[in-house]
Amino acid sequence: MLEVRNLTKRFGGLLALSDASLDVPEGAIVGLLGPNGAGKTTCFTIIAGFTRADSGSVRLDGQDITGLPPHRICGLGMVRTFQIVQPFAGLTVQENIAVGAYLRHESRREALAEARRIGQRLGMGALLDRPAASLTIAGRKRLEIARALATGARLLLLDEVMAGLIPTEVTEIVGIIRQIRDEGHTFLMIEHVMQAVMSLAETAYVLNYGKMIAQGTPQQLVRDPAVVEAYLGHGAAARLQEAAHA
Amino acid sequence: MMRFASLGQAALVALVVVYLLAVYLLPSQVWMGFTINALAMSIVALSWNITGGFGGMASFGHAAMYGTGAYASAVLQVQFGVNAWVAFAAGIAAGALMGAFIGALAFRYGVKGSYFALVTLAFAEVLRICASAFEITGAGRGLQLTLQPGVATLQFNNDRVLTYTLLLGIVALVMALTAWLKYSRFGAYLVAVRENEDAARALGIDTYRVKVTAMAISGAFGGLAGAVYLQLWLFIDSSVVYGVSISVTALIGPIIGGAGTVWGPLVGTLGLHLLGEGAKTALHGAPGLNFVLYALVLIAALRFLPQGLMGLAARIGVLGRKGGDDA
Repeated sequence: MLEVRNLTKRFGGLLALSDASLDVPEGAIVGLLGPNGAGKTTCFTIIAGFTRADSGSVRLDGQDITGLPPHRICGLGMVRTFQIVQPFAGLTVQENIAVGAYLRHESRREALAEARRIGQRLGMGALLDRPAASLTIAGRKRLEIARALATGARLLLLDEVMAGLIPTEVTEIVGIIRQIRDEGHTFLMIEHVMQAVMSLAETAYVLNYGKMIAQGTPQQLVRDPAVVEAYLGHGAAARLQEAAHA
Repeated sequence: MMRFASLGQAALVALVVVYLLAVYLLPSQVWMGFTINALAMSIVALSWNITGGFGGMASFGHAAMYGTGAYASAVLQVQFGVNAWVAFAAGIAAGALMGAFIGALAFRYGVKGSYFALVTLAFAEVLRICASAFEITGAGRGLQLTLQPGVATLQFNNDRVLTYTLLLGIVALVMALTAWLKYSRFGAYLVAVRENEDAARALGIDTYRVKVTAMAISGAFGGLAGAVYLQLWLFIDSSVVYGVSISVTALIGPIIGGAGTVWGPLVGTLGLHLLGEGAKTALHGAPGLNFVLYALVLIAALRFLPQGLMGLAARIGVLGRKGGDDA
């Protein structure tokens, strides 16, 4: 569904992304992992059209979308959320979701009805009339997903949607994401919370210093020496091996 | 269409409506003349409210649209002998074009916040100087319509009650359009752009187009206000219609009354005019004193009433859970 090929992006002297490629098949939940500063969010902003890559291409459903502005990409069915949640503070929860729903429903009545339907599906039924600014972090994360879903997008790019949540909240969001996937949506998610990645993603990619250093199931990746070293430092894999044998 | 968040808001709006109707009954013509001025200025306040209130693009140069509307209409009538109705419509269109032009240019280069305010101020000043320099705009002398009361010339200066009624109609129309915008998809997009432009873009909103459209609509209202001014006074010059005092009046009313609400600009403009006139009378008409007073009120409002009078009223006698600026 999504094919990212050889993305490269430089910020001044910093090579933020170097020849990074990934694939997201339809109906999958794909993880994008990596230590802080590895280039995950840069990768997202390029895929979603917020930043232009220096080279490389992005294809959605076979169509080249490289360099299209974000609103066009959203119209084609791919939407991103933000790591730092960005609710429209002056609006209620329902009106927030409706902003997404307006993309496919021109009338206010229909957009609000769609927003209500999606809000309820995400367990926010009781919060719909509350100002979005009054939501807790967990509520705001849900709101990000709800707004993205309301645009009618089929592919959702979630940027650290679990960060800052307590374990029970993580479990709830994991359940919600799985349910949405089963209804026919596809996910590409940046995630630090390993509990979430391990239980959700079928495939994951690992970025380090802007390069894709590994790809596989989460279970394979946590045993991959290159991945372990990316997180724990040079030589860590060998020391872990020794420790395991000792 | 009209829903109020609280009894306080409903009472405030009722007070304004009662006042506007009471003006018909008051024995002194002074009140009507004064309220005509306030209503004429509330149109430009409503214009500012579209971009500055709903869209969060605070302009400091709404005189650019106001003056363009006034000059377009005046030049057509005085220099080309065009019918007043056609010129009036052209004034509105010219305001819209000027708004769209300023918006297209400013937003193309990502200008926002205080820089946007400065860019709009610069436009208004440049236009003011141009208007006072070129012969076609009457240069330093300004432009004077020939006094010719009648429906064909859109001049009703001899009938104060009719003028007042027409102005009430225009203000009501602009407010109805504002309410319609507010509850439309465009209104939701505009607020989304104000609250968070990146999130809006991610949700499929062409934010550039939304902002330029808002400037065009605001410009149309501003041009309308300028064209109305011309028909009221039959004379314009650059320092009046492109003057900073227009830009200030445009933004101060909505901020005091409640930016991003339908009634706020009217409430604020009326309230300020009452205050200004009251002070003038009390202090025997020291010129410019009303602006000193406006400044003090503005400072106090920014400190104590961030949502303006409508926001304050919204907190009195709240109906239901949904607090906020719903009117």
